[in-house]
Amino acid sequence: MLRFVIQRLLQTIPVVWVIITATFFMIRFVPGGPFTAEKAVTPEIMRNLEAHYGLNRPLYRQYLDYTWSLLRGDLGPSFKYPTRSVNEIIADKLPVSAELGILSLAVALGAGLPLGILAAVRRNTWIDYICSSVAMIGICVPTFVLGPLLILVFAIHFGSFNASGWYGPIDRVLPSLTLGSVYAAYVARLTRGGMLEVLSQDYIRTARAKGASEVRVVMRHALRGGLTPVVSFLGPAIAGIVTGSFVIETIYQIPGIGREFINSATNRDYTLVLGTVILYAAFIIAMNLVVDIALVWLNPRLKFE
Amino acid sequence: METETGHSPWSDAWHRLRRNRLAVAGGVLLIALALACAAGPLFSQSYEEQNLDLGATPPSAMHWLGTDTLGRDLFARTLYGGRISIVVGLVATFVALVIGVTYGAVAGFAGGKIDALMMRVVDILYALPFAIFVILLMVFLGRNIFLLFFAIGAVEWLTMARIVRGQVLSIKRMDFIEAARALGLGRRRIIFRHVIPNVLGPVIVYTTLTIPSVMLLEAFLSFLGLGVQAPMSSWGVLIKDGSEKMEEFWWLLVFPGALFSMTLFSLNFLGDGLRDALDVRAARD
Repeated sequence: MLRFVIQRLLQTIPVVWVIITATFFMIRFVPGGPFTAEKAVTPEIMRNLEAHYGLNRPLYRQYLDYTWSLLRGDLGPSFKYPTRSVNEIIADKLPVSAELGILSLAVALGAGLPLGILAAVRRNTWIDYICSSVAMIGICVPTFVLGPLLILVFAIHFGSFNASGWYGPIDRVLPSLTLGSVYAAYVARLTRGGMLEVLSQDYIRTARAKGASEVRVVMRHALRGGLTPVVSFLGPAIAGIVTGSFVIETIYQIPGIGREFINSATNRDYTLVLGTVILYAAFIIAMNLVVDIALVWLNPRLKFE
Repeated sequence: METETGHSPWSDAWHRLRRNRLAVAGGVLLIALALACAAGPLFSQSYEEQNLDLGATPPSAMHWLGTDTLGRDLFARTLYGGRISIVVGLVATFVALVIGVTYGAVAGFAGGKIDALMMRVVDILYALPFAIFVILLMVFLGRNIFLLFFAIGAVEWLTMARIVRGQVLSIKRMDFIEAARALGLGRRRIIFRHVIPNVLGPVIVYTTLTIPSVMLLEAFLSFLGLGVQAPMSSWGVLIKDGSEKMEEFWWLLVFPGALFSMTLFSLNFLGDGLRDALDVRAARD
């Protein structure tokens, strides 16, 4: 397994390099720059600013400088938050998004797994239809509809929560419900599908024939195999959920990193764009590796290759 | 679609689909919504005529879904917005379909090094945060509705490519292809008569499931202010406006949101029904 992990990590180096390089040049070819703000800056100040950040040097030099500082773990200074480095911004905002993400994940698994298992075990009965329809609601009511609706009902109408902000534990409730509902829906659907496939297999019949109780058959024998599609889905999903959601963080005014993904691109904050892209890519790649290991653990017939 | 006497796989699938009540209901609702959005704006009130004295009013006999803050009829605007959302959904999905199927089929047929290289490219694109990619495209190319189709299609083709490649790879090695070859069928006839029809199932299913995700992406872009520009509107634009003004004028959020969700419901139920009818297992990934 160690060999497998090392091999995979080596394979990711060119992938990450292509991502960094592509993003670096893509963002540079977009018209506008970090200092073309609403407030017009005199050409002289502009030149000084560009000189200060090295933006006046040839593009390939800037690229080399950037990759060199990357190798030392330095993501560079932010252009839009002048006194701060990209490392600081990420260190500051990622934990907020990660906390929200983990809570949402708990919602997703806590609601999605039982719904999916129940639907599969009671296939084509009204229990199945109810569970599947509930899951469908999570998929078809997007977060930017659900979020405002929850605020409208629970914050404005009943006044049980704050409409926005990120201070006390109570402020975690509505955002994690909103973000978690979408993932809960997908988890439920995938669990149902995976369980249905497994429940029709021979080893389940064997377990039943040996007199195992239905609960034991489902929870102990079927669940392990039935979770395969859920695990494959959760890898990239966790990467996305932990690095923040622009919509949720905007609706609820949460100071997370999710908003910076979009804002940095609109602000042409070159280093911050690259920083968030690298962060996201690293998460995706790491989670895909974790998924591949988990899949072998769930299904010992698979081998590391 | 072929309808031969006897039972072609397609007619079997059609029978199975018709027995699935949710899928049929989804299909009927979808046709009704599409017709309403296509024909509705011709008969209803103007979607852009402002009536500033009126302002935002709740639903009434005159304005079924109320009016927005500029006094525009929300019913007309929602139907008109649906038109744009549906067209974006269809055209962008078509773009994704063409790119994804071609790319996946080429990779699958070619195999070997070419296949490995092509799939690495897909992996890399998967690891890019798609939002940044779309935003860069939109900013770079300008905010034009046709470019919106292209930008959305350009990020939505990846999964389709993977599915088609996987299908082609597995079908290429199947016994019936071997049998066809043994019977002396030509390469072209094998591809068109045996490979393509077997790839078509997952492609159809995944297409119906891509339309809702494309429509979601359009709405998301509109939420960012990068989507359709005023005075045109789409469901995404209406939802964004509604969510900003919902504290006073709840109907501005609720009705467009409900119609949008209903459309997604119908599409997803229809897609699920098709998957069961065509019995496509591979379409899940």
